Amino acid sequence: MTEDTVLLDRGPSADAGTDPVLQVEDLRTYFDTRDGVVKAVDGLDFSVRPGEILGVVGESGCGKSITSLSVMQLLPRPPARFASGRIMFKGRDLLQASEDEMRRLRGNEISMIFQDPMSSLNPVLSIGDQLTEAIILHQGLSSKQAMDHAIEMLDLVHIPEPRRRLKEYPHQLSGGMRQRVMIAMALSCNPSVLIADEPTTALDVTIQAQILALMEEIRDKLKTAIILITHDLGVVAEMADRVLVMYAGRKVEEADVVEIFERPQHPYTRGLMRSVPRLTTDFSEAREQRLSEIPGIVPALTNLPKGCTFAERCAFATDRCRAEYPAIEPKKPDHVAACWESANLPDWTL
Amino acid sequence: MSLHVQELSFGARLKHRARVVAESFKRNPTMLFGVVVLLLMAVLAFLAPWLGLPEPMQQSPRDRLQPPSPDALFGTDMYGRDLFSRVLHGGQVSLVVGLTVATLATSFGLAIGLVSGFVRSVDAVIMRLMDALMSIPSILLAIALVALWGSSVPNVILALTIPEIPRVVRLVRSVVLMLRDQLYVQAAIACGTSTPRILIRHILPNTIPPLIVQATYICAQAVIFEAYLSFVGAGTPPEIPSWGNIMAEGRMFFFQSVGIILYPGAFLALTVFAINTFGDGLRDSLDPRMQRRV
Amino acid sequence: MYAYIIRRLIATIPIMAIVAVFVFMLLHLSPGDPAAIIAGDFATEDQIIKIREQLGLNDPLYIQFGSWLVNLLQGDMGQSIYSGLPVTKLIGQRIEPTLMLTLCTMVIAITMAIPLGVIAAWKVGTWIDRMVMTLAVFGFSVPVFVIGYLLILGGSRTLGWFPVQGYTSIFESVPGFLSHITLPALTLGAVYMALIARMTRATMLEVLNEDYVRTAYAKGLATRKVLVKHALKNAMVPISTTIGLGVALLIGGVVVTESVFAIPGLGRLTVDAVLRTDYPVIQGVILVFSFTYVLLNLLIDLSYVLFDPRIRY
Repeated sequence: MTEDTVLLDRGPSADAGTDPVLQVEDLRTYFDTRDGVVKAVDGLDFSVRPGEILGVVGESGCGKSITSLSVMQLLPRPPARFASGRIMFKGRDLLQASEDEMRRLRGNEISMIFQDPMSSLNPVLSIGDQLTEAIILHQGLSSKQAMDHAIEMLDLVHIPEPRRRLKEYPHQLSGGMRQRVMIAMALSCNPSVLIADEPTTALDVTIQAQILALMEEIRDKLKTAIILITHDLGVVAEMADRVLVMYAGRKVEEADVVEIFERPQHPYTRGLMRSVPRLTTDFSEAREQRLSEIPGIVPALTNLPKGCTFAERCAFATDRCRAEYPAIEPKKPDHVAACWESANLPDWTL
Repeated sequence: MSLHVQELSFGARLKHRARVVAESFKRNPTMLFGVVVLLLMAVLAFLAPWLGLPEPMQQSPRDRLQPPSPDALFGTDMYGRDLFSRVLHGGQVSLVVGLTVATLATSFGLAIGLVSGFVRSVDAVIMRLMDALMSIPSILLAIALVALWGSSVPNVILALTIPEIPRVVRLVRSVVLMLRDQLYVQAAIACGTSTPRILIRHILPNTIPPLIVQATYICAQAVIFEAYLSFVGAGTPPEIPSWGNIMAEGRMFFFQSVGIILYPGAFLALTVFAINTFGDGLRDSLDPRMQRRV
Repeated sequence: MYAYIIRRLIATIPIMAIVAVFVFMLLHLSPGDPAAIIAGDFATEDQIIKIREQLGLNDPLYIQFGSWLVNLLQGDMGQSIYSGLPVTKLIGQRIEPTLMLTLCTMVIAITMAIPLGVIAAWKVGTWIDRMVMTLAVFGFSVPVFVIGYLLILGGSRTLGWFPVQGYTSIFESVPGFLSHITLPALTLGAVYMALIARMTRATMLEVLNEDYVRTAYAKGLATRKVLVKHALKNAMVPISTTIGLGVALLIGGVVVTESVFAIPGLGRLTVDAVLRTDYPVIQGVILVFSFTYVLLNLLIDLSYVLFDPRIRY
């Protein structure tokens, strides 16, 4: 396929060497608003392979969700437009695909799980109705066959008494159950790519762990490529094979999960890691441990500074940083980052 | 509603709202259109006696049902009266009825609604009465009232006001109930602030924006209903021209001279359209929820 | 469910009772002698005395009310002062045209207004949206009878497609009924359509912002299916509330529309009764309309179950 210079995947369960199933190149998603052009995603490259979990991390407003909605082609145009880029899926460019083609892909070959299972399920339609909809549409099954398949799917996501659940409505299920239903729904047509946008943010911690375990199980069983969008580095550390860090619509760092946690090359990545509380067995140490925050706020996407977008908030910024945006380039083997100063950063310790 | 808005003085809030309205004129040209048309209608109606037009009641049997001409812009009616003059004069009744009904209905409704929302002991009784009043279709009620009281402008105004009061009461009461549970009101109660003071300082100012919007709709409705009342013979007395009774009297002659209904009808529709667009514009600029959506 | 329906029905009794008291009191709260009001300006003293006796106006108020209420509960609304016929009989004779006109109007208006509102919400901000909304504000602004005369002018006079006035019962001739009912139904429906279209648009705008609509698109559903199955069903509760409350507008409009098109219905009956200050008839018509209105809205409340499974009775 196309040149795959950025990195070779070494994720534990990814089939190294297989072609990526989804490849995004130089994606620029802009919004034309009254206050100017909002560059929500500005030149993003990434790819995922079958069976791989790619973690996409960043603060809210960094363009994570816009990226996933771009892949799904679910952004209203206008105001959204694609200034450049390709989204290659199984040999075709989704940005060039017609709405009809996209409809055949959505929920079928590429599906999506959303953040809030409370509001993402339709309150007035039964679980069975919502589950079978995509199955009937994409697989051409009768509604009876679709119901049977829906029961299998509910079984797969470990929902007890699936037959009874089909007749129930979302308000009769707990939050964790609803997210399971969402996952079952997203997987019902056995998609090649699953985009999970903050799938556990709205859930209790214990439920969160169950849902994450379920997603890993599914990846292993179905070899689905998963794009896991989150602001939670803990989730990423646990789940992802590879991690992509986004800031102000751009990729600032990408590497294997172990590599990035051991040798972060971008001050922003380091800042994110420092702002996560760590558990230790030593209580007094835990009390002393200081959480650091990243000073400042994400710059307005309508009026990005000329140089590095992070320079304003960066302790290591130089004049060069403020003048020129750093190219994304390899810093270590299979590890890219966009930072002029990464060689000069102090050794990494938490 | 956020807390810090509440901390501003009443005057500052009014100023703020006035600015919001002024800005929305700029963003919302149809609202400006509404205001301009309304002002124009008011000027035409109330300056009509000084425009050198024929007397609206002056009959001239020889010139019955004349088509429009330079002498009579809209032609004449079945008694040879100048239709243009009658239509302009007719605006007086419609505008006065609309404005007065809107003012009276919102004032009564506000008073009853405040009491109902804040004094629990009378709430149930008042609301049952209002429910009952609302279940009588308003035009029927107004027709019955005018039929019993007799045709006069004040009677029409009262008859149109009464059916509108319950809707205002409901609106005010819902605002009061929502605000009463807000922390700052609870705090004021806990501090021993007297009920009237709480009502006037904390509750009343918040009821005003939705009430103004509601008042515009009541006004528009009253202008139309006045015409309905006249049309079914329970409206303003025939010796005062109003858009309603010009059309009501002229309907027998519609096919000879369509203007007899179309001209007053167009004036009335334009006026109501102007009030409605003005109200919609106000709603969009005063209702923060709508603002965010736009 | 049944227990709930019965509870709700019982809850309407006090409302109906207050309406009844109110309608009864209207006459007595009016300034002046009730008998003189009814008799009119040119009545002789004898006529006034006769009316006073006929209506029992000499009795104390509570006795008058008591006997009126007892009669009402037995379905007796008194006699018309003008014709001497029982009010119930008069209403019975006139109810069919009004009922048919109202039903036809509702069917036409609802089937046109909801799609228009949905399209306006879907295409929000475009010329289609602006056109639908402008039409809706026009519907609110043009008096019913002006619309009626315009339609007569266009549909009957110019095109000659429809009869100018009158009514044919559906039981006599279906084509005759349809040709007579079309213009009045469109006339009466204009405001109602405007109301429903606006409400549909506003509610749909809210619903279309919901996450589950995005989920539906993410499944690959076609826009039509998302709009109708996923969004509209969620919007139906507020829309049907408006449909119910808007019937008040229809009832008001019926009075005027029937006058314009010379339809012998309850509206005509009302206008005739007003012109003759035939108070028992006015009373009867108001009661019938109000009770229908209350019951219809109760029915609509109960229909919410069909749209929203979270509502349980």
